[in-house]
Amino acid sequence: MNVQPAPEVLRCRGLRKEFGGQVVLDGLDLSVAEHQVVALIGASGSGKSTLLRCVNLLEELHDGTIELDGEEISAPGVDPDRVRRRIGLVFQSYNLFPHLSVLDNITLAPRRVHRRSRAEAEARARALLDRVGLAAKADAYPDRLSGGQQQRVAIVRALANSPRLLLLDEVTSALDPELVGEVLTMIRDLKADGMTMVLATHEMTFARDVADQVCFLDSGRVIESGPPEQVLAAPTHPRTRQFLSRIIEAGRLPG
Amino acid sequence: MSTLLHQPSPAQRARDAYRRRQTRFSVLVAAASTAAVGTLLAVSVTGAPGWERVRQTFLDPQIARDALPRVLTGLWLNLRLLVCCAIGALLLGLLIAVLRTLRGPVFFPVRALAAGYTYTFRGLPLIIVLYLFAFGVPGLRVQGTPSVLVLGALALILTYAGYLAEVFRAGIESVHPSQLAAARSLGLSYRQAMRHVVLPQAVRRVAPPLLNDVVALQKDVGLISLAGPIDAVRAAQLASAQTFNYTPYIVAGVLFVLLAIPLIAVTDQVTLRAARRQSGG
Repeated sequence: MNVQPAPEVLRCRGLRKEFGGQVVLDGLDLSVAEHQVVALIGASGSGKSTLLRCVNLLEELHDGTIELDGEEISAPGVDPDRVRRRIGLVFQSYNLFPHLSVLDNITLAPRRVHRRSRAEAEARARALLDRVGLAAKADAYPDRLSGGQQQRVAIVRALANSPRLLLLDEVTSALDPELVGEVLTMIRDLKADGMTMVLATHEMTFARDVADQVCFLDSGRVIESGPPEQVLAAPTHPRTRQFLSRIIEAGRLPG
Repeated sequence: MSTLLHQPSPAQRARDAYRRRQTRFSVLVAAASTAAVGTLLAVSVTGAPGWERVRQTFLDPQIARDALPRVLTGLWLNLRLLVCCAIGALLLGLLIAVLRTLRGPVFFPVRALAAGYTYTFRGLPLIIVLYLFAFGVPGLRVQGTPSVLVLGALALILTYAGYLAEVFRAGIESVHPSQLAAARSLGLSYRQAMRHVVLPQAVRRVAPPLLNDVVALQKDVGLISLAGPIDAVRAAQLASAQTFNYTPYIVAGVLFVLLAIPLIAVTDQVTLRAARRQSGG
């Protein structure tokens, strides 16, 4: 481990979120250090997606605080648009804008939000696309791309804002198994670049390979967290054991 | 390349021959039935006891020729009115629709006003709005009251914007909320997200019904004659009053249809393209 602890990029304390009386996040704590990759695992409905949407201020909190680089972004009066410029979010269903070309999808925020010139934004977008092998698709429209290509474009779109923190919400869940690999390779490359990431995932093998820390969520709280070899191979909490044994039965994590 | 070299099998050749026979038969049946219906209509109209009188009062070629220049001059007014009213109604409708989508208690009065507007002007008969504007507003004797023509155009714009606003709103609501979430997550403000992400998709989706309403507006522009300006309908009315003959109305009607044809063709084209895009072509 590091001698000097890396500064914290994200810190969530006691997050609470309800949907119509149902508690989705229940006093959740989470902290993410710079350059760290945190994988959120847990059953559907355990609050993984809600947590990511709350961090991006797309959902209103019912309690708790969120800090980004030490600044409380959940405080009243904080401009959510300013916060979102520093946090990238990639969705399970890509959510590319179908009426814009790949290039325009990527340059929309740099041009409109960050006020870059068209030439500058496009040069950067093309460079990013080139790195993920999609340079030839710059002028195509999203419906001409495969699911894996669309998701990689969605990640590039989030990266074009040069975010401090990248949130990935089950980015491979909507993909055919043969297309999952290209997206996971891209995330692995991002980790090598030092990008700080929080990813909700069902890919346990991937979580084990790429994450520095794995958090197991159950009923809206983190009930076990630690290095992947500990949480995934030797879980201590009975709920984690139960969840992982089901995953192993389903063949999604070699036992 | 392979399609050129492909030799159809005997089974496919038999199928093709059968289809060709079927097509020929269908064309023959369609031609025969069209001829039968057409003859029946022509005979029953021209054979009616009053046909000679109707032909003289509605279809007099000499009167039609005399009335044509004046009706055409009037139609030029209709055309200019149509362009102004269509642009005005589209812009106002879009504005009302966007106002109705605003969320939050701060915007309640704006939302309520916009909703009240669409309810009122979709319910009010156009003729009443036209009378109110063309005769009621000048009656106030306020300095700088615009001409009856402008007031009539305003009545048309206000009425049609009510319908168009609902079409726009349907389009806005058809864009999945995840698109707005994606735009906001990139740091775009609500206004920017609407302007660059939601509205372009919404307008594309509802372009066919919007154009359809413009075609309807094209006809209703003629109602402005009730307020006095000499448009094609008014010109036809004046001409028929001089000759005691209804032929000028027929002339105006034919011209209106001719004016609508390009607009309808464009609407069909846009609808077809939208349908093709939806099926992922």
